[in-house]
Amino acid sequence: MEQQELIPHLFRSEYQKIVAVLCRLFGLEHIEIAEDITSDTFLQAAETWGLKGLPENPVAWLYTVAKNKTKDYLRRHQVFTQKIARQLSAGTATQTAEIEPDLSAEHIADSQLQMMFAICHPAIPAESQIGLALRVLCGFGIEEIAAAFLTNKETINKRLFRAKEKLRSENIQIALPGPQAIVGRLETVATTLYLLFNEGYYSAGEDHSLRKELCLEAMRLTYQLATHEATAFPFIDALLALMCFHASRFDARTGMHGEMILYEAQDERKWDQELILKGEYYLNKGSRGNGLSRYHLEAGIAYWHTVREETSGKWEQILQLYNHLLLLEYSPIAALNRTYALSRVKGREAAITEAEKLQLNGNHLYHMLLGELYTGLDAVKAMSHLQQALRLARSAGDRELIRRKIDVLAES
Amino acid sequence: MKEFLLVFRNEQQNMPAMRSPEEMQDLMKQWMDWIGGIAAQDKLVSRGNRLAMDGKVLRAGNVVTDGPYAELKEIVGGYVMVRAVSYDDAIDLAKGCPIFSIGGNIEIRQVIEA
Repeated sequence: MEQQELIPHLFRSEYQKIVAVLCRLFGLEHIEIAEDITSDTFLQAAETWGLKGLPENPVAWLYTVAKNKTKDYLRRHQVFTQKIARQLSAGTATQTAEIEPDLSAEHIADSQLQMMFAICHPAIPAESQIGLALRVLCGFGIEEIAAAFLTNKETINKRLFRAKEKLRSENIQIALPGPQAIVGRLETVATTLYLLFNEGYYSAGEDHSLRKELCLEAMRLTYQLATHEATAFPFIDALLALMCFHASRFDARTGMHGEMILYEAQDERKWDQELILKGEYYLNKGSRGNGLSRYHLEAGIAYWHTVREETSGKWEQILQLYNHLLLLEYSPIAALNRTYALSRVKGREAAITEAEKLQLNGNHLYHMLLGELYTGLDAVKAMSHLQQALRLARSAGDRELIRRKIDVLAES
Repeated sequence: MKEFLLVFRNEQQNMPAMRSPEEMQDLMKQWMDWIGGIAAQDKLVSRGNRLAMDGKVLRAGNVVTDGPYAELKEIVGGYVMVRAVSYDDAIDLAKGCPIFSIGGNIEIRQVIEA
């Protein structure tokens, strides 16, 4: 790998590991110190490697420098050190010089997992959790996070600042919750990872590779949960399966010029079969026990979408899964998708009757669905719904998609 | 929006549990399509419960009798809670329930808010 590529790559993969270990050492209330030391380490790497060329083992180099910087920091801040040294190793008389961050693979993995629980704490608003996760767990730059959220750096900085304040004021510890609390807390972690994945998969951001990175990071973190004995619950497997099924279509759904290709028009050969198989593996693995989470249902729906054959059995299954999903939790998008599935099982007329009961008049997707259902039955109504959808749609991608549908309808 | 209780009643010999597995599966699908339609309108408060066919009745003086209601032809098979603006609206939600195809009926009762 060329050096210009290597540093951002290492930054992404090593930043979060070093921050997690240092946070565990210092305590979350000093997260900025952990971030500063880590950033300093990378700055020094960029300078030194630029002059002298790459070291033999860049990762080991980073760890050594991070360790030394930490020790320097601790030496320079005696008062602070004595305070945290007491907290750190209650009972053992630790000398400053002996405190050294443990950057072994095992310790890194544990620290990252604990960090996930700390950041996805119910006291922190979901939006901030995702921002903080991207920054601290995934090593994303502020600019990248801003691009992912379609906002500016100032907004993200403020959001992260407030989230860190919250970490302090709520005295959130970097530790795994006890066995009693772990399922509840793990649900919050899963929700954050689910939102992080969706941010990448559905966001209106133009940067295709950035969006894919978000998805891959969400999958990587979910995989960590699925493979750690304390957190390997069936609903985590189901969440990972869901992500695998969706991600299998990542390359098929974007055209040469970055335009969105709808499911029906995708080239099936571009679906990633390996990811589909992984999804099946985790969905089977997650089927132990009786718990049926929304992730199980959504993974089931996503699984059926990897089956190209348009049999009525397929849509019947999808309809039933959406019925169950809606019984667990209402969402407008599930209601709309259920109605589409219903049209595939019971025909358009039946679906129109059901769709008109939904009354989601302010939702552009609602009008897109009605436009779709009326196409071929009532061209005037179809057109009027599509135009209403165009008025309501906010993202450029959505508007482009609706315009294409309007053109097709006008020509027919 | 007000809340309404839908109480399902049917004669014992018509209850889904008395039917063949295929019929039962088919009924279950229709049931899910109906209740999924209510949930899709965000009007489902609780999917409620299905009730077992047998039961006990306790009367004053600790008198216990078997079987839900020997003197009644119909028994309560379950209930669901929905959200609706009026009785008419609640009745519209109840329409399409597969219980009507197997001879049952639905009693609709508004919940009194505390």
